[in-house]
Amino acid sequence: MLPIIFILPVLQLVILSNAATYEIKNISFGYVDADNSSISRGLIERFEASTYFNVTEKFSSQKEASTAMQEGSVDVYVNIPTHFERDLQKNKRNDIGVFVDAIDGSAAGVINVYATQIIRNYNKHIATDLIHVSDSVQKPISIDSIPLFWYNKTLNYKTFMVPGILVLLVTMITLFLSGMNIVREKEIGTLEQINVTPIKKYQFIIGKLFPFWVLGMGLLAVGLILAKVIFNVPILGNLLLLYGYTSVYILVILGMGLFISNFTDTQQQAMFIAWFFIVIFILMSGLFTPIESMPKWAQLLTEFNPIKYFVEIIRMVMLKGSGFTDIFPLAIKTLAYAIVMNGLAVWSYKKTT
Amino acid sequence: MGILVKNISKSYGKLTALSNISLDVKPSELYGLIGPDGAGKTTLFRILTTLMIADKGQATVAGYDVLKEYKSIRKSVGYMPGRFSLYQDLTVEENLNFFATIFGTTIEENYDLIKDIYVQIEPFKNRRAGKLSGGMKQKLALSCALIHKPKVLFLDEPTTGVDPVSRKEFWEMLKRLQQKGITILVSTPYMDEAALCDRIALIQGGKILEIDTPKAIVGHFPKPLYNIYATNMYGLITSMSHYEHTYSVFPFGEFVHYTDKREAMDVEEIKAYLVQQGLTNINIEATQPTIEDTFMELAK
Repeated sequence: MLPIIFILPVLQLVILSNAATYEIKNISFGYVDADNSSISRGLIERFEASTYFNVTEKFSSQKEASTAMQEGSVDVYVNIPTHFERDLQKNKRNDIGVFVDAIDGSAAGVINVYATQIIRNYNKHIATDLIHVSDSVQKPISIDSIPLFWYNKTLNYKTFMVPGILVLLVTMITLFLSGMNIVREKEIGTLEQINVTPIKKYQFIIGKLFPFWVLGMGLLAVGLILAKVIFNVPILGNLLLLYGYTSVYILVILGMGLFISNFTDTQQQAMFIAWFFIVIFILMSGLFTPIESMPKWAQLLTEFNPIKYFVEIIRMVMLKGSGFTDIFPLAIKTLAYAIVMNGLAVWSYKKTT
Repeated sequence: MGILVKNISKSYGKLTALSNISLDVKPSELYGLIGPDGAGKTTLFRILTTLMIADKGQATVAGYDVLKEYKSIRKSVGYMPGRFSLYQDLTVEENLNFFATIFGTTIEENYDLIKDIYVQIEPFKNRRAGKLSGGMKQKLALSCALIHKPKVLFLDEPTTGVDPVSRKEFWEMLKRLQQKGITILVSTPYMDEAALCDRIALIQGGKILEIDTPKAIVGHFPKPLYNIYATNMYGLITSMSHYEHTYSVFPFGEFVHYTDKREAMDVEEIKAYLVQQGLTNINIEATQPTIEDTFMELAK
């Protein structure tokens, strides 16, 4: 069992960190060029030059293009109308249609941004050609913004995904194991034998949960080493602080596991409930989707999500080098959570059947 | 110092598991709780071992009240649940050590009490408990229940699923423990084991049918009992249950146990009836009633 507990999470960390990316590549791109002018061809060349888009097809009509999208062979297509170049020169402005397959909403958003960026850059480029000398006095002053990504200069998604996934692994393993452990004793009947002994409640619970606490801390150590060695994730903050916080955090999860144990009779039930919570916790942790973009009520709910706190803190400490005072507000909430959760768990654990 | 149960009732929702049970077990008595599955034996054990709280009634174990002094009870009783409930992935020795530690004692301290039993499983002390045979599992469970020198021992169907030789050995061990002054309450669905107890309580449907010594209980059997044999067992039972003078008839091993409604019955008449029913090899003889016969009679 012990090798499984360590090997599977390591595999998950390596696979997920490489696979769970927001970057979208190999977008199959099609276009309808009814204009067939130098400007329209130039735009298509821009798409061809981009590493994100694979220009797959040229359609003769918009109808054909939308059929192809229906079939799923293109993710996005651009529709350049007839007389595009002529109208552009005449009116100094023109519209083109960008059609994105939005079956996958978040991907569609990203594709849209990429496409818009290419079109905007091209627009800037051709603007100089289009503006006649006589217009030059009216040339608008353009403001260029140059973004700087702090704490993750190259916007390397692994830098922020790896710590987050590490949190998930530590949480899942400790919750599942602790949730099923006492239930298992119920199932095989040993709990009945234990209950007639003079052993104290707290002795039994500590004895049951302490191994998982150690296991959780061990997993964090293994995960951090992998993060450094394989993914070269920066660890700017104090590791001791991270460990100190994790030691409290795991208590929350163990209390939760024990609480689940107390209200279930079989490992199957315990597993089901643990899954239910884990899925909610993961999807509402801010790891995959930003909490800021959730509706108000969902944001309120995330206040009860321990994973949210840990994800935030591990990123703060590792990437930003935050100190104790920075994480204190979050850590104190976690501590309160731990006390409440374990209090409930111990209270609901009865030495009777 | 024994066990005292007074008007204990317990129900699970609509199902009544125990209704108004009263019994008393004297110190160092071997007391049997005899009844079929679902009679309420395990429920009574759970109440007495403080795992469950009764709806009504009082009970004391070793002089301690099951409600107020449950902590003292847990220190001074040994409980062997019906299901094997030791740690299957610990070895024999580890299990014993574990339970000794929980009770704040050591194997050495009370070794004399478990010695007789433990020597039989000692050759396998490094084997995992889950890999033991049924009889050895029972011996290990008994050792673990005895490791803290309990005053009262609760054994819930200890011999269910155990081979006949091990069963016999097990009961001999119980007799020896009894001589060491331990009060033993044992439940079993096997009527033949009931005869080995000092006193037994027949229990069915959550009610106690009768409490007495096995001998006295057999003596209560109201009618002369007959063994009837015939080649066709099924035909015999159906014929006899349609016979006009039949009081009771049920299969018992290779025979049918039969009692008659009349004061004086005629063996020849029954024989003639059975021959008429087309049965062969008929043999009828008087026999001694057993606890099972009494139970069937009382449970009617």
